[in-house]
Amino acid sequence: MEYFALTNAWLIPLMPAIAFVLIGLFFKRWSALSACIAVFASAVSFILAIFAAIAVIGSGISVDAPFVGHVIWAEAAGLHFEMGMLIDPLSVMMLFVVSLVSLLVQIYSIGYMRGDKSFGRFFAYISLFSASMLGLNISANFLQMYIFWELVGLCSYLLIGFYYQRIAAREAAKKAFITTRIGDFGLLIGILLLQTVFGTVDFLELRQLLPSYIASYGTGTLTIIGILLFIGPIGKSGQFPLHVWLPDAMEGPAPVSALIHAATMVVAGVYLVARAYFLFASVPALLEFIAWLGAFTAFFGASIAISQREIKRILAYSTISQLGYMMLALGVGSLTASLFHLFTHAFFKALLFLCAGAVMHAMNDEADIFKMGGLRKKIPIVFITMTIGVLAISGVPPFAGFFSKDEILSAALSVNTPIYIIAVITAFMTAFYMARLLFVVFFGEKTNMRLHHISCFMQIPLVLLAVLSLVSGLGGYIYDFGYWIRFGAPQPEHMDISIAVLSAVLPLLAFILAWNIYVRKKWSADCIAARMGVLYTISFHKYYIDEFYAVLCRFFIDGIGRVMYFIDIYIIGGIINVISGLVLFSSTLLGKIQTGQTQRYAAAFLCGVIILLLCGILYFNKISGITAGGGVL
Amino acid sequence: MNLYVIYPEITVSILALLLTVFDLLLPSRETRRSLGYTALLVLSVLAASLFWQYHITASPYFYQNMFYYDNYAIFFKQLFLLAVILTILFSLRYTESIKYKSEFYSMLLFALAGMMILASANDFLTMFIGLELMTISFYALTGFSMNDKKSSEAAIKYLIIGSLSTAVMLYGISLIYGTAHSFSFSAINGNPDIFSLLSIAGMMMIISAMFFKMSVIPFHMWSPDTYEGAPTPVTALLAMGSKAAAISVFMRILFAAFWPAADYFLPILSVFAAVCMIGGNIAAMRQKNIKRMLAYSSIAQAGYMLVGICAASLQGIKGVLFYAFLYILANAGAFAVLTVVEFYKKGTNYDDFAGLSQSSPLLAMVMAVSLLSMAGIPPTAGFAGKLYLFMAAVEHGYLWLAFVGFIMSMLSVYYYLKVVRVMYSDILDPVNINISSSLRTAILISMTATVLFGIWPQYLSVLTNLAAVTFLK
Repeated sequence: MEYFALTNAWLIPLMPAIAFVLIGLFFKRWSALSACIAVFASAVSFILAIFAAIAVIGSGISVDAPFVGHVIWAEAAGLHFEMGMLIDPLSVMMLFVVSLVSLLVQIYSIGYMRGDKSFGRFFAYISLFSASMLGLNISANFLQMYIFWELVGLCSYLLIGFYYQRIAAREAAKKAFITTRIGDFGLLIGILLLQTVFGTVDFLELRQLLPSYIASYGTGTLTIIGILLFIGPIGKSGQFPLHVWLPDAMEGPAPVSALIHAATMVVAGVYLVARAYFLFASVPALLEFIAWLGAFTAFFGASIAISQREIKRILAYSTISQLGYMMLALGVGSLTASLFHLFTHAFFKALLFLCAGAVMHAMNDEADIFKMGGLRKKIPIVFITMTIGVLAISGVPPFAGFFSKDEILSAALSVNTPIYIIAVITAFMTAFYMARLLFVVFFGEKTNMRLHHISCFMQIPLVLLAVLSLVSGLGGYIYDFGYWIRFGAPQPEHMDISIAVLSAVLPLLAFILAWNIYVRKKWSADCIAARMGVLYTISFHKYYIDEFYAVLCRFFIDGIGRVMYFIDIYIIGGIINVISGLVLFSSTLLGKIQTGQTQRYAAAFLCGVIILLLCGILYFNKISGITAGGGVL
Repeated sequence: MNLYVIYPEITVSILALLLTVFDLLLPSRETRRSLGYTALLVLSVLAASLFWQYHITASPYFYQNMFYYDNYAIFFKQLFLLAVILTILFSLRYTESIKYKSEFYSMLLFALAGMMILASANDFLTMFIGLELMTISFYALTGFSMNDKKSSEAAIKYLIIGSLSTAVMLYGISLIYGTAHSFSFSAINGNPDIFSLLSIAGMMMIISAMFFKMSVIPFHMWSPDTYEGAPTPVTALLAMGSKAAAISVFMRILFAAFWPAADYFLPILSVFAAVCMIGGNIAAMRQKNIKRMLAYSSIAQAGYMLVGICAASLQGIKGVLFYAFLYILANAGAFAVLTVVEFYKKGTNYDDFAGLSQSSPLLAMVMAVSLLSMAGIPPTAGFAGKLYLFMAAVEHGYLWLAFVGFIMSMLSVYYYLKVVRVMYSDILDPVNINISSSLRTAILISMTATVLFGIWPQYLSVLTNLAAVTFLK
């Protein structure tokens, strides 16, 4: 069974793909059946992923010696395309996380989406997303990865705009799609450059070719390719300055935010960098750039999250910040730390989003945290699980985030002290804004609203994710995460005591601070905000980046657009109209020839014969010349 | 004599005769569907059995080299079988409405036998027998709707122009025989006498008869009228089978018999390919009847396949085979939908397709996929096919031809998508359409294969490669 799962790993993405086709084409109208198909397909994928993972551990497959399967996709003169699967601990870890979170989120959605008119459509999209994301994880080359990369982008677009009746949802979907497209364009050019420079886009082949290439040509072209490739992750993983779509993406249903915009799709960028780490690692300048961009994004996201009021927006900025953390870890050279954080983050961030969804569900889709309060007693299960999520993201031992964050911090400290300091400050801010969220929603004055019931479909995934948020970090620490997922030599897990103590104490300080402000009201939040003045305003308005882009759009894009519009309408349009007029005119003319008279047809036929004969004779004379005139006629 | 090499032809001919006998034995109450199902069963088994006939080494001949049973022939035989199977599948309902039911099936099968002989023809005599067997069956089939004046008109027109083309071809063959003293392709190929004016003239006459069958401009004038008048299943088979059969034997003549004289005909061929692509696509734009539109589009498709022939290389021939296959799939889908619409709306104009997506989403989807495949839009198979054809052309120096092909494919999207627009946006009194299970099978086969070969062309590519490699040996 394990071996079967390993050699047929392509079945893992295929399952949800089949579910998508079945639901999308046939069963969309039957809600219960759609959900059953989707959940069943995900469950099968998950089981296969577990078996694949067992097989990888059992058969000694490592990142140095992965399991590869290829099929030829298409061959045309000189070009050769392959579809393949690359199974190593890295991709298996992703398969496990994606299929698990996707399964749990789908179960949760049964409760969350109940009664929605487009229930079937939702499950069709979610299945398509799972299929694309799992396909992305096992891709063996850049081209294949790019195809799935675009597909997850499409699913994200469809699901953000799921409530397409709402203008905000439509706008958010467009924004997400267009913004990530900027990144994808860079990625595409990067891939094309790879193909022209190396003649292949296969990960393993590139890994073999690279050292000799660098030895003979240096890293000049490689730097350009690396930057272009990295633009893709900047867009997809919400790094500054292309992060703007991610907060708006929260217009989609909460399960979508949990699955796509927290746990899986947004980490595709991190995964891509990890997959092509051999390329990035060979250009030190590139790594440093990634590290600084990650560090900045981490700080930047946290500084905005601190002042936001909408529950999912806070989490969205927190996601941006955590993704920055992962990039930072990649930048400072620790693939292990980055992927470890990806692993734990997937669970606790999905948990937080699902909790937020449950809260909003209970509160009739109220999003402003300051309109909530005192929910602790009313929905205890959400309170407990969310507390676990908050403790995990803040890095309190022994919750998951503590271990992964600790590793990132120690990796940063060993390479770059300024980045380490930024990371520590960000960790403090993270704990503070998460505590703020928790305290404001669950403590304080009670609302008198009648709350919606939260069904067991929603509760079970919450509990399971809470358990995972509790144990995934410790488990990874004990079972040597770094032995399996690494770049270069295995990294034994170790813990720097000073860093560990620091990262355990900081969140506690942040919690005390938040407790005093938001629960005991010792210090007034408004007062602090007023005292902070400009800083608060900037943070609240998200550094005015959206506004800046709007102005940029108005001046540049609209300006160019107006010029282009003129050219298009009056010059190109004119030419086109003339051409199309000509074509249609000649079409009418050709139709006129067809009179229906057989004599004409025969005449045309004979004309054709004569033309052919003349051509033949002409060519014959031209080619054989007069010289060969011997036996002719 | 190894008789087994003609077992497909024998099977089909016997089946055709048996069906008429069965017809006499069956009680008159019976709808004669059983005949159709019998034919389907036998043909499917035959088509499947041919998969085991592909050979890697020597290919057997039959009767003094007159009949050649190579991979290329087997590939085309399977292609024709598929075309006929699909046609029978979606024409069961039509057949119920006509008087002479078993004769209809027999005619279809005789036409099929003719096509299969053509694919194996290695001699002008064999070719002539196959061609006439096929064509005469088609004359009868075209006029099968006896109460329909248009059908009779179409049959008569087809007959007259067809006879003319046969006359020209026979004249050409006699000229070739006069110079080369043989009918056999292989004998002609080795004979230096074919480099004479007479022989070239004969060659051109034979080519013009082939052009007639493939409806290449200006030999195409019969096709729009015949396509429109003939019963829709017959039109489908004309577009799919007749054209593919003509191409199979055309390539055989060019590459097996006249290959040494390639310098003379390849440049001429490229001009005709271009004219075909331009004329067919442009004339299709202003058509109001979808059957006529498909007739012109099939002229253009013939042009695309000529591009591959012009390349005269392994890649080019492979491209033609590939394209012929998916062209059949796309046409089967489109014509199957056409029969349903014709049945309910009594017409095949653009207006009759209005609101099809409402009354039957499946039909609308199949039609859209088929048309997109003809237009060559990914991820349908048509894209892969055109890619192979044009790449082969570019590799062999026909850049301008590929360029014409690109431009014309782009233009063709206009009239194909016009149908799609009508189906999806215009809403006109949706009617209750129910689809028979056999037709559903046909359209699902065509659609699945069209999409599958578009996304993953490798299987078909391997098969066509096999056929093309042995063909060029």
